[in-house]
Amino acid sequence: MNISINNLTHQYGAVTALKNLNLKIPDGSLFGVIGPDGSGKTTLFRILATLIVPTEGNISVGEVDVVEGMRALRKQIGYMPGRFSLYPDLTVEENLQFFASIFGTSLTEHRSLIDAVYSQIEPFKSRKAGALSGGMKQKLALSCALIHRPELLILDEPTTGVDAVSRREFWDLLDLIQKEGITTVVSTPYMDEAMRCGEVALLFDGKLIANDAPENLIKKTELHLWAVESDEKFSFLQEVRKHESVNWAFSFGEQIHVAVDKTLTENDARKIFDQQIDKNFSAKHIEPGIEDLFIDLTEQEVQA
Amino acid sequence: MSIVSVKNLTRKFGSFTAVDSISFEVDKGEIFGFLGANGAGKTTAMKMLIGLLAPTSGQATVAGFDVATEPESIRKRIGYMSQKFSLYEDLTVRENIRFYGGIYGLSDEEIDRASDKIVEDLELKDARKTLVESLPLGWKQKLAFSVASVHNPDIIFLDEPTGGVDPVTRRRFWDRIYQSSEQGVTVFVTTHYMDEAEYCDRVSIMVDGRIDALGSPKELKKEYKADTMDDLFVQLVRSQ
Repeated sequence: MNISINNLTHQYGAVTALKNLNLKIPDGSLFGVIGPDGSGKTTLFRILATLIVPTEGNISVGEVDVVEGMRALRKQIGYMPGRFSLYPDLTVEENLQFFASIFGTSLTEHRSLIDAVYSQIEPFKSRKAGALSGGMKQKLALSCALIHRPELLILDEPTTGVDAVSRREFWDLLDLIQKEGITTVVSTPYMDEAMRCGEVALLFDGKLIANDAPENLIKKTELHLWAVESDEKFSFLQEVRKHESVNWAFSFGEQIHVAVDKTLTENDARKIFDQQIDKNFSAKHIEPGIEDLFIDLTEQEVQA
Repeated sequence: MSIVSVKNLTRKFGSFTAVDSISFEVDKGEIFGFLGANGAGKTTAMKMLIGLLAPTSGQATVAGFDVATEPESIRKRIGYMSQKFSLYEDLTVRENIRFYGGIYGLSDEEIDRASDKIVEDLELKDARKTLVESLPLGWKQKLAFSVASVHNPDIIFLDEPTGGVDPVTRRRFWDRIYQSSEQGVTVFVTTHYMDEAEYCDRVSIMVDGRIDALGSPKELKKEYKADTMDDLFVQLVRSQ
């Protein structure tokens, strides 16, 4: 289902959560929405899921408007909210049964679609949903969102609080769902997950600030980026941030990434690091990844 | 000097062993990463360390006190911040600080001084009027961290403090962790972000109630021939 978001604005009292947003989400895509906390991701998802009515503008899903065609669309949408919202005092199987009956389907009708997910939690089908581990809760919520075979799947930060192994498994499942032709829109704070999307949209303060395939976004950035290793990481970070030619510096695993002015030569950049207190460091010029890109785009907005 | 000392600590729920004879030490001033898959037993272990849950067997001391017999003394010496905020959303910033300061037995004067410092450090204007619910997530987290440190604890326990937080905000949060560590506070932290595991002095990785790996990120990556902590984690959790 092609999704077209047009001049979308949403206000909560005096707070404007979305500001004239325009975006196209292609049919059958695995589409990522990223952005800092409070950038409007959840509001966008709630409008898309027909749960709230936008203040201005509209979204059409297929050819159907999310406000006018709410009833028809609900049958075609699967929505997994950010907060675990199944019934903790019902068992795994009872929760699934409940969603199946609401959507007028059965546990078996689309079993092949949910099989890859549900088979992993089926051994615990008599356990109360509230007693599942974080990874299993997410798999149950995904099963419930898929039980009626939606055309559009909306997932609001499905892997928050989920461990690194379960996250990979969850995204393997999303690949399978995409192969079924279901359009998936997903938000995530994990940039490795953003890389697995066909296309991503970066929101900041209710506005769209970037939209493309993640590889293209990285190709387009003009970052002069360095990876530094130092034993005095915290003091190095603090010192290097004070330099006027340093745009930003943050920890990246065992390294520090430092973005310096594009106009600097390699030698000029090296001189900045040589001035630091810790003389026992190594620095090399590197190509940016998606996380560097996220930081750079949001820092630019903050400073603007 | 060890501030946390754990020996064969075990907790069973009926026939299920959630924590299976774990042993480790945490040094004063260390940033200690407590990692593991969902359901591996991290939360159960942490509850025992902060004196909220009695061990089935084994021993542990925190800040010199025994977790089984002196939980009250432990709670005065530790700070705790959970993934679900420990702050009251419908109180103002200052009211939250006052509330927690009061619980920890600080005098009015000490509370005022602590409030001024927190408000200044976090650059929170209108702290008297601002309700916590209106703060952005990143600010709430920094405030929750400051409030958990209001009584100058020896060690602070952080349970997934950066869950669901964007790349910039969680790095700013780690700046605060480093700052506390520089001042000699021990930090005991859980996370699912494997790049954050690299920011710790040492990490332990729990699998099925046991600690299967323990060491500095550098040592562990070498030992398991892994390029990143992410690879190492996947290798350990999948191998069982």
